[in-house]
Amino acid sequence: MPDTLDPHIRFGSNSGQPATRRDGVAKVTGTATFAADNTPEGLLYAVFAPAAIARGRVTSLDTAAAEAHPGVTHVLTPQNRPPLQGDPSDKPTMFSFRFEALQDDTVRYAEQPIALVVGETLEAATEGARLLSPHYETEKPRVGIDDAEPYGFEADAFGKPANTVHGDPDAGHGSAATSLDVTYETAPQYHNAMETHAVVATWDGDHLTLDMPSQALSMSCAGFAHYFGIPAENVTVRSPYLGGGFGSKAIPTGPYVLAILAARMTGRPVKMMLTRQQMFGPVGHRGQTRQRLRLGADADGKLTVIDHEGISATSTFDTFIEPAANASQGIYAAGALRSTHRAVALDVGTPGPMRAPGEASGSAALECAMDEMAEALGMDPLDFRLKNYAETEPGTGKPYSSKALRECYAQGAERFGWAKRPLQPGQMRDEHGHLVGWGMGTAFFPCPMFMADARAALRADGTALFETSAADMGQGAWTSLAQIAADSLGLPLDKVEFRAGHSGLPDGGVAGGSGHTATAGNALHTAGGDVVRQLGEIAAADPASSLHGAGNASFVARDGRLYIDGDDSRSDAFADILSRLGNAEIAGSGSASRDPDMAKQYAMNAHGAVFAEVRIDPDLCQMRVTRLVGAFAAGRIINPRLAESQLFGGMIWGISFALHEEARHDPRRGHIVNSDLAGYHVPVNADVHGLEVISVHEDDPHVNALGIKGVGEIGITGTVGAIGNAIWHASGKRIRRFPIRVEDLIRE
Amino acid sequence: MSPSISLTLNGAKRDVALDDPRVTLLDLLRERLALPGTKKGCDRGQCGACTVLVNGRRVNSCLTLAATLDGAEITTIEGLAAGDDLHPVQAAFIENDAFQCGYCTPGQIMSAVGLIAEDRAGEDLERIREGMSGNICRCAAYHGITLAVRQATRGSAGIKKDDAA
Ligand code: FES
Ligand code: FES
Repeated sequence: MPDTLDPHIRFGSNSGQPATRRDGVAKVTGTATFAADNTPEGLLYAVFAPAAIARGRVTSLDTAAAEAHPGVTHVLTPQNRPPLQGDPSDKPTMFSFRFEALQDDTVRYAEQPIALVVGETLEAATEGARLLSPHYETEKPRVGIDDAEPYGFEADAFGKPANTVHGDPDAGHGSAATSLDVTYETAPQYHNAMETHAVVATWDGDHLTLDMPSQALSMSCAGFAHYFGIPAENVTVRSPYLGGGFGSKAIPTGPYVLAILAARMTGRPVKMMLTRQQMFGPVGHRGQTRQRLRLGADADGKLTVIDHEGISATSTFDTFIEPAANASQGIYAAGALRSTHRAVALDVGTPGPMRAPGEASGSAALECAMDEMAEALGMDPLDFRLKNYAETEPGTGKPYSSKALRECYAQGAERFGWAKRPLQPGQMRDEHGHLVGWGMGTAFFPCPMFMADARAALRADGTALFETSAADMGQGAWTSLAQIAADSLGLPLDKVEFRAGHSGLPDGGVAGGSGHTATAGNALHTAGGDVVRQLGEIAAADPASSLHGAGNASFVARDGRLYIDGDDSRSDAFADILSRLGNAEIAGSGSASRDPDMAKQYAMNAHGAVFAEVRIDPDLCQMRVTRLVGAFAAGRIINPRLAESQLFGGMIWGISFALHEEARHDPRRGHIVNSDLAGYHVPVNADVHGLEVISVHEDDPHVNALGIKGVGEIGITGTVGAIGNAIWHASGKRIRRFPIRVEDLIRE
Repeated sequence: MSPSISLTLNGAKRDVALDDPRVTLLDLLRERLALPGTKKGCDRGQCGACTVLVNGRRVNSCLTLAATLDGAEITTIEGLAAGDDLHPVQAAFIENDAFQCGYCTPGQIMSAVGLIAEDRAGEDLERIREGMSGNICRCAAYHGITLAVRQATRGSAGIKKDDAA
């Protein structure tokens, strides 16, 4: 792979290699310890009773029956719940939501905790919770997007996206030769990581240890410390492995707080693991959306305007607005752009970030609308996108830090065979008489960075220790971050010990926004660089070193030796430098965040193109995605094996969004009727065929020192639209509601 | 008067006193016998995370009452490797990156071992996909899982020895 990046980051021989996972053996032998795998001495089990209705009040709980059940030790209700030191409505950290922790008897959504039962065994606590037999005073639940009036809101950093206007949208509509006005809907979706939320809480005086999956370890400490009135440094979060996160495991939630409270109250460790059904309420979801897209194009097929209005559902007691309409900013070179957001407040748990929040829902609607516009113009959908290719960021005119989208289109189309696609729908059949359709979509995802710190230590035995509280929820942090760390010291991977997943380590930031490898990786890279700098100073000042007197020259580390940059004739071994020093080790530190100057100058995004083939049984209307080709350009790829897995995973989430996932509410009680893995469909192995990922090379000297953009979320964008468009191409039917169901095709 | 059962668990005979007749095999392993490698994903027989082998057959341990297993032979993920040598399915999972978070993985692997023993799929990718569809992977590592099962099938059938690639 050619590498034109700055030489100071070229030395690596680990980055770019498809190393297998360093935690692989632990994960295939069952020895990787997930939160609920911990069973400390004296453990109690906590189970919360969930509300069966979405709106109203709990009027009675049979606490006597629960308490009388053998093995039950405590029953907590709003009547006897010990006080918290921080209010559940407080927002101690950037990612905080108001939560339900038995502060009153109001029911605000189904599956809300309404009581907590603690017992000596899981069986006792579970049965105790069942025996509570709650009665309710119910009010008519508002669970559909039409059940409440949309409202505008003031923009705020997290969860309240700003409205954005570039150019003159009204003029764009006025000057359009062809206009499109369509409305798309997306369903409420629940993260449903295979590991449900779980915690083992242990108090030691006023110190709290939490074994729990966390995408943001330091922030979790600060959050929980607030609610329990202790300093953040008294909280330890151990999260070596997360059984999936997808955005749902970054924030303190009510169930967690109740389990911790139970541990404090009983003086014993308490384990709580949510049931699958309890995942459909108190731990976030992707809110449903309704999106109106009005597009205008001139006679040439150039977009005069993209006008994207989104309505997103939130809860009645907190605000997280799926920023769907933002997906239209920054992607196509339209004459004018407008994104507006409104909310409806429903009797549901508060939504939160779920894999590609905003981009997933927004891209689904936008890419289908683009397809509809291409149809109206009589253009090939790929040609239409190329016609409106943005050379600079639309609206702002900023250059892109890098953008190999043209190559993604070309390579993806070539591999897929797009050129053979008939323009008209309903033209292709397979050997079984099934309708065949081809569709495409543009993939797009910003590449944010958070803040992270890291520590590095080069030891006298030639090995190194790197530390940061990074979180591995499956993306491969244990491996790819270690590869970056090894490169920063020019060491082979097996010489590096990497510690992560523990809040006592330097703050590894947040595993989210596809920014974790970039952020924690650059922090590790900087920490290693700090060690190299110190080694250089020591060697340059040491008459016994062949680098003596090298003064201001910069040094590079390679194969366990220090070289003068650009002069391979002079070098000194790490081991020799350290042994002459009589020093056990040299420690360095580093941190990373987005360079504000670069952010001002450049638009930074990852890009891609996804091509889908679907086959539809003309009698049963059963739909199958039979091929899915995604070409992605996302800056430097640290580990192609793991990056491919992330992209596959994202694309399969796209299949899921397009054809499977939907939480359906009962209109009378308001609860979700399919709150389990039998009724809430996600793809299984037999749903996944013909997947291909093409990694398009991209050097990005601006996005961060390592040129990393991130691949965790982009796969879902583009894919949903590509599948929807392929269904139209096969059947001639435009279904403007996701997931697309068999009955939609039959009914149309 | 707790009933007790005797099991052959990962090759070792064990007498297990049951403190509660409601205990499932899954909760017995995880909460009582210090074998938490088997995972709980739904507790309803809907996800396959809890798959173990009972008398050589793959079963959902969350749906199996421990009290019904007197005399049974049980293999869990912890009992698959022979010392330091990984089982071929375990090795193939690593090589094909057949997991991300690793939470569904013990169940996937036990299911794959069961499927290969059932000899129903052979190396046919479609049949492997079908045979592995009782195991949900939310990370969606299906591409790697399918390839890993095929590779392990080849290995165990001795069809192809140089399958390391
Ligand atoms: S936990 Fe047993 S099938 Fe899901
Ligand atoms: S690897 Fe995460 S659920 Fe399968």
